[in-house]
Amino acid sequence: MAEPMKIRATMQGDKVEVKVLMNHEMETGQRKDAKGATVPAHFIQSVVATCNDKTVLSAQWGTAVSKNPFLSFRFKGGKPGDKVIITWTDNKGDKRTDEAVIAAPAA
Amino acid sequence: MPGKLMRLVLLAACALAATAVAQAPGNDDEIARNRQALQEDNPAELWEARGEALWSAKRGPKQASLAQCDLGLGPGVVKGAYVQLPRYFSDTGKVQDLESRLVTCMVTLQGMAREEVVKNPFGSPEHQSDMEALATYIAGRSRGMRMNVVLARPEEQEAYRLGEKIFYYRAGPYDFGCVTCHGADNKRIRLQALPDLTQAKGAQSAYTGWPAYRIGAGEVRTMQQRLADCFRQQRFPDVAYASDTVTALTLFLAKNANGGTMNAPGVKL
Amino acid sequence: MNIARKSVIAVSALAAAVLVACAVSPPASEAELEQKAIVMMKQDFAKLGPQWVARLDQDEVQALCTRSRDAVTPEVGKEIQTRQLATIVYPASGKLMGDWKKGEAIAQLGRGLQFSDPPGSPAGGNCYACHQLSSSEIAYGTIGPSLLHYGKLRGNSDYIQRYTYGKIYNAEAYAACSSMPRFGHNKILTQEQIADVTALLLDPASPVNK
Repeated sequence: MAEPMKIRATMQGDKVEVKVLMNHEMETGQRKDAKGATVPAHFIQSVVATCNDKTVLSAQWGTAVSKNPFLSFRFKGGKPGDKVIITWTDNKGDKRTDEAVIAAPAA
Repeated sequence: MPGKLMRLVLLAACALAATAVAQAPGNDDEIARNRQALQEDNPAELWEARGEALWSAKRGPKQASLAQCDLGLGPGVVKGAYVQLPRYFSDTGKVQDLESRLVTCMVTLQGMAREEVVKNPFGSPEHQSDMEALATYIAGRSRGMRMNVVLARPEEQEAYRLGEKIFYYRAGPYDFGCVTCHGADNKRIRLQALPDLTQAKGAQSAYTGWPAYRIGAGEVRTMQQRLADCFRQQRFPDVAYASDTVTALTLFLAKNANGGTMNAPGVKL
Repeated sequence: MNIARKSVIAVSALAAAVLVACAVSPPASEAELEQKAIVMMKQDFAKLGPQWVARLDQDEVQALCTRSRDAVTPEVGKEIQTRQLATIVYPASGKLMGDWKKGEAIAQLGRGLQFSDPPGSPAGGNCYACHQLSSSEIAYGTIGPSLLHYGKLRGNSDYIQRYTYGKIYNAEAYAACSSMPRFGHNKILTQEQIADVTALLLDPASPVNK
């Protein structure tokens, strides 16, 4: 069962800044375990972020991305109160979707 | 989309380029700047969340949570607990550090067997560590607070002196004691700066940064693990988890770090 | 009534004070504490068995330097150095300088003798942990002095070769309570390896002297 992401979305001027911490092993398929057996590849292949039903980010990842990936990006067109929904899919077909509400800028 | 590894490689490359051009090799300011940049995205938050869940989960043969666990400020009080540990506990009659206390609570409140609890205390890609998650959560709840270890009782005073003895104890094929690397200012091993743990400044900077997410390991590590790993690199034998030796040494460091502001969980290379 | 109560309280307080005083023993002496620490460590480091616990037994140098916190008196220091000098074993062939290329590999390798190292696996000297050596290696430590241009500055006479080999073999022979491990005396490196590191430091072709 995939573990939840931690998502923070805040206004930075007229853009929304999103920071996501994902919980994933990101195995490259090259590592050997303590017994010498190769650990099979298990990594996030695609990430999609939407806001108000529009895709604001779409990414294809590979084995260069390390364990517990941190993703930070900005987009225009969101406002406080809107939801940002992030979904990742990995090479085994596991999926995880989490969402966060865009916070107003600090006073 | 570059991940942390890519970012680390890029940062390291920039650092090397900068040092090759102008500064002395292994310039400490550059290294410190890189480390600061890494602080902003700390996977340790995932451990904090897991630790918080473990604290309230009903577990073990007694199907009880840790809500009655006394970390020194009364049953269930987590906020501020880390900065007054290690300390004496009257129910066990001994000085205990955080992990030692968690073992006590897991055994007495949740009915777990001690051997099971201490069996795999350090996380690896094959195995998650509950102790590391709990320690991260608890230490995180002292964020921003000043270290305040008080040697009120004779047991605590003696444990501090024992920790000091261990700190200066030179042994093994390398003739190393903790003091060999951590007894003076402005030294480094390879490119890693070595804090002087006998003085407040060094002890504060060292102690308040643990637990920390270690990027190279992909795991959160605690002071318990850091000390055990120091012993390993000193060519000492393997030290027992949550043992009196580790507690005494931790007390020595924590007390020396008094006044320092907790900033855990941190992130380290 | 009040006076009686005050007396009772006073007597109770006195009794309590006496009890507390008896329960709390005076703080242990340095020697007692040292013993207690050693007993505690031997218990807590017992996991891997008696062969490993034996590593905690201190020899003369370790004990003296521990107790004095590496600040022995000049007299004691001289005695330590004299005794440690006598332990140095030079190669039977008389050849103190080996292969500097192997020496560089030994200086770079930080493994060996840890409980995580498979027994019999190659041990290095980990020289770069504490020292600068070759000009091209920027990842060096500063616990020990820089050795850059070591041979260039000193030449490689028989005397210098003997001193250098001896220093690596047993640093305590030249500096009592030195932080530097006794690579030969404590069987960390073989004689051949020490000769290779000696060459790294003294061979004019070595990158240390470029």
